[in-house]
Amino acid sequence: MDTSRRRVLQLLGLSAAALSAPPVLDALAAGPPAAEPKIGTAKEALTAKQWAMVIDTRQFKKEDDVLPLIEACHKIHNVPKIDFKRWEIKWIWSTHFEHAFTGTTSTRFISEEIAHRPFLVLCNHCENPPCVRACPTKATFKRPSDGIVMMDFHRCIGCRFCMAACPFGARSFNYRDPRPFVKETNQLFPTRMKGVVEKCNFCNERLAEGKLPACVEASAGKLKFGDLFDEKSEVRELIKTNFTIRRKVNLGTEPAVYYIV
Amino acid sequence: MLELAIKGTKRYYGWLALLLGLVGIGFLVYLKQLDFGLGITGMNRDVSWGFYIANFTFLVGVAAGGVMVVLPYYLHDYKAYGKVTILGEFLAIASVVMCITFILVDLGQPMRVMNVLLYPTPNSVLFWDTVVLNGYLFLNLIIGWNVLEAERQGVHYQSWLKPLIYISIPWAVSIHTVTAYLYCGLPGRGFWLTAVLAPRFLSSAFASGPALLILLCLIIRRVSNFDPGWKQIQSLAVTVAYAICINVFFLLCEVFVAFYSQIPEHMDHLKYLFVGLHGHGAYVPWMWASMTLMVIGIIMLVNPVTRKNELTLIAGCICVFFGCWIDKGMGMISGGFVPNPLHEINEYIPTLLEGLITIGVYALGFLVLTLLFKIAVSVKEEVRA
Repeated sequence: MDTSRRRVLQLLGLSAAALSAPPVLDALAAGPPAAEPKIGTAKEALTAKQWAMVIDTRQFKKEDDVLPLIEACHKIHNVPKIDFKRWEIKWIWSTHFEHAFTGTTSTRFISEEIAHRPFLVLCNHCENPPCVRACPTKATFKRPSDGIVMMDFHRCIGCRFCMAACPFGARSFNYRDPRPFVKETNQLFPTRMKGVVEKCNFCNERLAEGKLPACVEASAGKLKFGDLFDEKSEVRELIKTNFTIRRKVNLGTEPAVYYIV
Repeated sequence: MLELAIKGTKRYYGWLALLLGLVGIGFLVYLKQLDFGLGITGMNRDVSWGFYIANFTFLVGVAAGGVMVVLPYYLHDYKAYGKVTILGEFLAIASVVMCITFILVDLGQPMRVMNVLLYPTPNSVLFWDTVVLNGYLFLNLIIGWNVLEAERQGVHYQSWLKPLIYISIPWAVSIHTVTAYLYCGLPGRGFWLTAVLAPRFLSSAFASGPALLILLCLIIRRVSNFDPGWKQIQSLAVTVAYAICINVFFLLCEVFVAFYSQIPEHMDHLKYLFVGLHGHGAYVPWMWASMTLMVIGIIMLVNPVTRKNELTLIAGCICVFFGCWIDKGMGMISGGFVPNPLHEINEYIPTLLEGLITIGVYALGFLVLTLLFKIAVSVKEEVRA
C-alpha cells in the first residue's frame, strides 16, 4: 500500500516539475523587457481635478426632453437595448422625483409639475465611492487625475459586490451576451461580454479628445459639466448661484452630480 | 486513510452514486449557465445576488458552527467531545467546500477568479473573505486529518498542531464575521446596515451548525458501529438551544430598532419580508414559516423533556436548521435588495435552473461530507476494535 502511494506521489511531483519547467525556462531565456509604452494626455484633452455635473431639471418638462440625451449616451457606448426587464442595462435614465430623491428630501405635496418632471439619474462619480471600496480586483477604481469612477471590463470578475455597494442603483450587470442587442456598434468604444458590470464613465474617452460628455452635448445647455475644485468653473458658479440638491448626501459618498430643482 | 472512503456497503455506494448523479445534473446545468450567462437565474439589476449567495451565507455559518465542539474540547478540556470533534471539523470542511463553490458559480466571469489574488485589494471585504475561507478550509483539513491519523496509529497528535488548533477557534469566528461585513458595511442598504449583523450571523451559525451535527451524529449511530454518544448529543443540543434563543433575540432587537425609530429605510425591508410592501410579498409565507420553525425549535430544545427525547430532539433540530436557512438565506438577501436604492420594488424568485445548480453544489458538499465522515467513522470503529 505505502510503496504504491509513494510511487504515485513521486510521479505527481515529477509531472508538476515537468509542467512548470517551460515557463520558468522561458522567463530565464527572455531578453531585456521592451520599453514601457508611454501614456500621455493629448493637447486637446479636457482635464479637471474632480469632474462634476449640474443638471438644470427645470428645463426638462416631459419624457421627450430627456430621451435624446439617453439615446446619445447609450448609442455611443454600445449599451444594449434589452426589453426583458431582468437583463436590463442602463447608464443614464429618467425617473420620478420621489425615486430620484428618496431618503434625500421631502417628496410629499410637491407641485404637479415637479412630480411629473423627468429626473435624469446616472453614476454620481462619488468623491468617496463605496463601489470602489468593495471591488475585490480594482476593476472599478477612481481615476486619481480627474475623479472619474471607471470600470475595467477585462478585469471584472462579475461578483457584483459593487452593485450591492452602490446606493444609487447606478450599475448594470450583463446577465447575457449584450452584443446581439446593440443595433449599430460604435467601433470606437468597446462592446462588453456577458458576466461583467458596467455603468456611466462620464465619457472619459470623449474628454480625452477634448469633447464634452455625450449627454451634456445633446442637452443643449441644460446639463453643465466642469471641474468641481476650480472655483471659476461654470459648475461652481451654478452651485453658488442656485439652490442645488444631490442624492443621498447623508451617506457621505459626496456625489458629483448636482440638481437644480 | 483515504482507502477507508472506498470500502463500504452497497447502501453506501448507492448513496454516493445518488450524490454523484445530482452533482452531474448540477454540472450540466452549470455548463448551460457558463454558456448563456447568469441570465438563466432569476437575478436582475436590482436583486443582483440571489439563491447562490444566500446559500453561501448560510453555509459559512454551518462551517463556523463546527467550532462549538472544537472549542469545549481543546480549550475547556471537555473530554466527552473527543469523540465528535473530528465530525465538527469535517463538517466545516464540507461546508467551506460548498461556500467556495457557491461563490464560483455566482461569478459572471469565473475564469478570472484569480484576479482576486493577482490584484489583492485589502479594502475589499470580499478579498478578506477569500483569505479567511480558504484559511479555514486548510486549517481544518490539516488539523482534522492529522489528529485522526494519530488516533488511528494510537499516538498523540503532533505538537505543532496545537497552535493551529488554537488559531482555528478565533478563525471560525472570523469567517462569519467577515461574511457579515460583506453586507453590513454598505451605505444605502438599510436592512444590512446594522452592527448586530455579525453577532446575529454567529448566533444563527452556532444554532444551525450544531443542529445539523446532531442530526448527522444520530444518522451515524444508525448506520455504523460508532456511537458519537448520547451525552455528546445532549451537550450539543444545549448549545443549539442557547444559540437559537440568542438569534431570535437579536432579530427582535432589529425589529425594535426599525419600528420604534420608524426610520423608513430600516422599516421597509422588514415590512416587505413580513407583511409585504405596496402589494409585493413573495417572501411573506416563507418568513413566517421561518419564525414559526425557530419558535418551535426553541420550545423543543429548551424544554428538557423534549430535548432528551430522541424524536422531539430530531424535530427540534430540523426546525432550527430550516428556520435559520430561510431567515439567513433568502430572507437576508431578498430583504436587503428589496426595495431597491430608488425605493422601487422588483422581486426576485429563483429559477428552476439555478435551483438545480444549487442542489448540485449541496450534493457536492454532502459527497465530500460522506467521504470524510466515512473515513472518520471507519477509523473510530477500527480503534475501538
